[in-house]
Amino acid sequence: MTNTEALKELIYKMADDQLILGHRNSEWTGFGPLLEEDIAFSSMAQDKVGQSYALYQILNDLGEGDPDTVAFMRNADQFHNSQLVELPNGEYDFSLVRHFLFDTAEAIRFQMLTNCSHEPLAQLANKIKGELRYHTMHADIWIKQLGRATEESVSKLQDSLDRLIPYAIGVFEPSPMEDQIIEDKIFEGEGKLRQQWEEAILVVKSKTPLNLPYFSLVKPV
Amino acid sequence: MVTEENVKEWLDEVKDPEIPVLSLIDLGVITKIDIHESLVKVAMTPTFVGCPAIDYMKNDIVEVLQKHGVKEVEVDVNFEQSWNSNKITQKGRKALKEFGLAPPPKHVLIVDLDILEHVQCPNCNSTNTELKSPFGPTACRSIHHCFDCKETFEQFKPL
Ligand SMILES: [Zn+2]
Repeated sequence: MTNTEALKELIYKMADDQLILGHRNSEWTGFGPLLEEDIAFSSMAQDKVGQSYALYQILNDLGEGDPDTVAFMRNADQFHNSQLVELPNGEYDFSLVRHFLFDTAEAIRFQMLTNCSHEPLAQLANKIKGELRYHTMHADIWIKQLGRATEESVSKLQDSLDRLIPYAIGVFEPSPMEDQIIEDKIFEGEGKLRQQWEEAILVVKSKTPLNLPYFSLVKPV
Repeated sequence: MVTEENVKEWLDEVKDPEIPVLSLIDLGVITKIDIHESLVKVAMTPTFVGCPAIDYMKNDIVEVLQKHGVKEVEVDVNFEQSWNSNKITQKGRKALKEFGLAPPPKHVLIVDLDILEHVQCPNCNSTNTELKSPFGPTACRSIHHCFDCKETFEQFKPL
């Protein structure tokens, strides 16, 4: 028997993160540094907002409000998103690094959720994980390219990494019902996700001269 | 008495609004058809979760089936049998190519994204091509360039 409150808590967090970052990505529409990047951030915005809608739909089936109402009519303090996704876009390097750190985590999260005990979430995760491969592919290509291109591009990415890593680790803040979530086989937990995320980030980083802090010494935001 | 075959035939008239040469049957998004006397229930699953064309397709399904005399139509969108690009039919692949969109290569469950690197150009059939961007004008398309005919083309992305 799944603990519905614990399940809802997890879905709210994921849906809110996707919705907010989707909106941030959409702010690049018309302003991308290259036409291809304008289109990429706009497409990822569409994917993320659509994926959040599907997650709110699962919440709706669990007795929560209608997706549009939940997405747009709540007060700020009723959102469960991480601070990482809220930060203003800044320059392109900042948005790119955030996209890299966040989507690497999301891709692993949805892969893990394909084993979720709540069948509708497992089915949706199976679908979303395929779409996210394009997001991580996009992020990895640009981090590897710009992360070893010119002195300027490397130093810009490094500055954004230094600023964003504590926020990225904040994404893995355990739910108040984390034990229940793990026990009910809803999700294997933020700790396990964080571990796999650190490994994945290091793999891409190793193709560049960029530096990362010791993750264990970082204070999450 | 309406049969499943009738319904499939009628649904072949409903096109993807973003790729009007492709029917919902060609696209492989219809996952179930249930007939209970005057009620026809159709289950469908989106190509991409954020596909904005879903509502249009739902309305078109209702409209077309009613035009053929079905009294009651219910369309349920779910992820029970999730879509992947291998579900596009042979007829659909041919229609895509004629439309100028490279059809997605068939793959074995997990998409190896390297297959995006040298997609066959729908204009000249060359594979001397490169990926320009994994994101195109709609969620389901990527952008490529052909070195032989010098054209930029789009592909229906493998998923
Ligand atoms: Zn060509």
